Amino acid sequence: MSSVSQVPNDAGRFGKFGGRYMPETLARALDELTDEYSKARQDEDFRETLAELYHQYVGRPSPLYHAERLSKQVGGAQIYLKREDLNHTGAHKINNTLGQALLTLRMGKPRVIAETGAGQHGVATATACARFGFECVIYMGEEDIRRQRPNVFSMKLLGAEVRPVTTGSRTLRDAVNEAFRDWMSSVDSTHYCLGSVVGPHPFPQIVRDFQSVIGRETREQSIEQLGRLPDLIVACVGGGSNAAGMFYPFIEDESVELMGVEAGGRSSNLGDHAAPLCFGEPGILHGSFSYVMQDEDGQTADVHSISAGLDYPGTGPEHSFWKDVGRVSYTQAQDAEVLEAFDRLAKTEGILPALESSHAVARAIDMAAKRTPDEIVVVCLSGRGDKDAAEIALLRGEEF
Amino acid sequence: MSAIDTLFQNLRSENRKAFMPFVTAGDPDLDFTAAVLRHLAERGSSMFELGIPYSDPVADGPVIQASFSRALDKKIRLEKIFDMVSTVTPDVSAPIVSMLSYSIVYRRGLENYVKAAKAAGIAGAIVPDLPADESGELAEICRREDFSLVQLITPTTTPDRARQIADQTTGFIYYVSVTGITGERTELPPEIVDNVSWLREQTELPICIGFGISRPEHIRMLSPVADGLIVGSAIVRRIAEANSKPRQEVLDDVGNYVTELLSAL
Repeated sequence: MSSVSQVPNDAGRFGKFGGRYMPETLARALDELTDEYSKARQDEDFRETLAELYHQYVGRPSPLYHAERLSKQVGGAQIYLKREDLNHTGAHKINNTLGQALLTLRMGKPRVIAETGAGQHGVATATACARFGFECVIYMGEEDIRRQRPNVFSMKLLGAEVRPVTTGSRTLRDAVNEAFRDWMSSVDSTHYCLGSVVGPHPFPQIVRDFQSVIGRETREQSIEQLGRLPDLIVACVGGGSNAAGMFYPFIEDESVELMGVEAGGRSSNLGDHAAPLCFGEPGILHGSFSYVMQDEDGQTADVHSISAGLDYPGTGPEHSFWKDVGRVSYTQAQDAEVLEAFDRLAKTEGILPALESSHAVARAIDMAAKRTPDEIVVVCLSGRGDKDAAEIALLRGEEF
Repeated sequence: MSAIDTLFQNLRSENRKAFMPFVTAGDPDLDFTAAVLRHLAERGSSMFELGIPYSDPVADGPVIQASFSRALDKKIRLEKIFDMVSTVTPDVSAPIVSMLSYSIVYRRGLENYVKAAKAAGIAGAIVPDLPADESGELAEICRREDFSLVQLITPTTTPDRARQIADQTTGFIYYVSVTGITGERTELPPEIVDNVSWLREQTELPICIGFGISRPEHIRMLSPVADGLIVGSAIVRRIAEANSKPRQEVLDDVGNYVTELLSAL
């Protein structure tokens, strides 16, 4: 195995990226989590329990579905969808929250906190907490509460407390800040269930590993259903957890091209998009060294995306590493293209993709169009789009 | 020896303690920050922690967060903060320590930050999101430039780790009184006294205590075990009044508050 998959090292470094830039107050909890996770991953019982939950509770394996009508209409490569939208709670986020819930149980902590943008991670955390009997508090930006109402109500129904975040841009980044502030005071009794491959070590590794079930299944299903590996795999990237989970098991497969799609927003001007891998520079945000959108003083810049889940100025350190070593290519899709892709998948396949996942669909359609019908393009359909119906109606000026 | 080392040497020889107000740079503007530094120095502050506003301060409570946001909304720049400090340091002898995110230091360039800060008359840095394990490169530059790099030890720090952190610290150790974020507390946990007394046996470095301190009784409780005490949110909250009240009135009010705390030291 090459060094590209042998990351992170003990200091949480993916090449030069990653690390642990967090207040000393959290050092002990991060060390404990690192230790507990390294014990858990060696523990047969832990692995079996998680596999059983994935199967019986989440409904895994999720299908690798041939989008035949879409493929025909595009007229290029065959497009396959990895249906993470069919998971319990409607997105890939549950893969991670169940894993972290089992770790919380092992650490004996009764309370769990989380941040959420689109609300999918919030719902998945609230679900895991209900399933295991943990007290649950979700931090969510006010702007995101507005645009993802259905998920807010679900979290409450699941017994979680949703705390609106009114600072800064009132989106995902501010929700992360508030969750860390809560954790600074509650660290002895509380686990912070971070929802993406971001933050201080060991989170980027833990979340990637739990999400890697996506890529492992896709790899097996490709071989079983298609007799070979895909030519290209496309996934959307905000923090980047579905993409990391999808890509990681393919990192050593040199024949498989990997493409991450960031939120291109309205334009490539600073403040109009949320695409740090395309337009940003390496810097520090939320505990790790990674590509980030910031000004020349190191202040985090405002970002924009049509999708709350990608509306984040940073990204995972492992994506930064993959970008710099050239293993994954990163591109972006703009809001208008995303809505068009959403529409197209809805009308040709009868599937409403999440706006986040629609970024990947948009670029996959373009890429497929340039390829021959014997080639295979897999899209990670990370979540379902029901949650976005109201926001799309609003954007179109229609009554919901 | 940095200005901070000299300060503590003098204070110790006189058997006195340091009083260190935290002031946010640029709230409501840099002119007022300069006026506050001068005024609180005249009132007897021995040292200052100058907060460099940051967009995502995860260790800070609502009062300091809000002061950072107000300063950033007015587009405060690092360069302007240095300019302001350099007008104050010629006639204020109390050392000024910058408190800032590693994001800002990294973006400016480690060596570049230390040199520019030093040129402005800043004596050191507290970088709360740069724990000792990550601070090697900056610590080396700081040593070379005789610029203190103050590290934090908290109630959650294990004894082994506390000794390692102390080994890598210059200037003084910042002991965080509570497991939490900055902000005034009515009561402080009584175990601080034992924790700091233990730490005292592990290191020769001066130890200053901060987070939550806002009342004369806190000062009386902690000054016997500390070399210095840091007061943040309670001062920032009073300074913030200058956003709506006459400035002289605010200066007097903050000054009187500092005098009251100093009398308990």
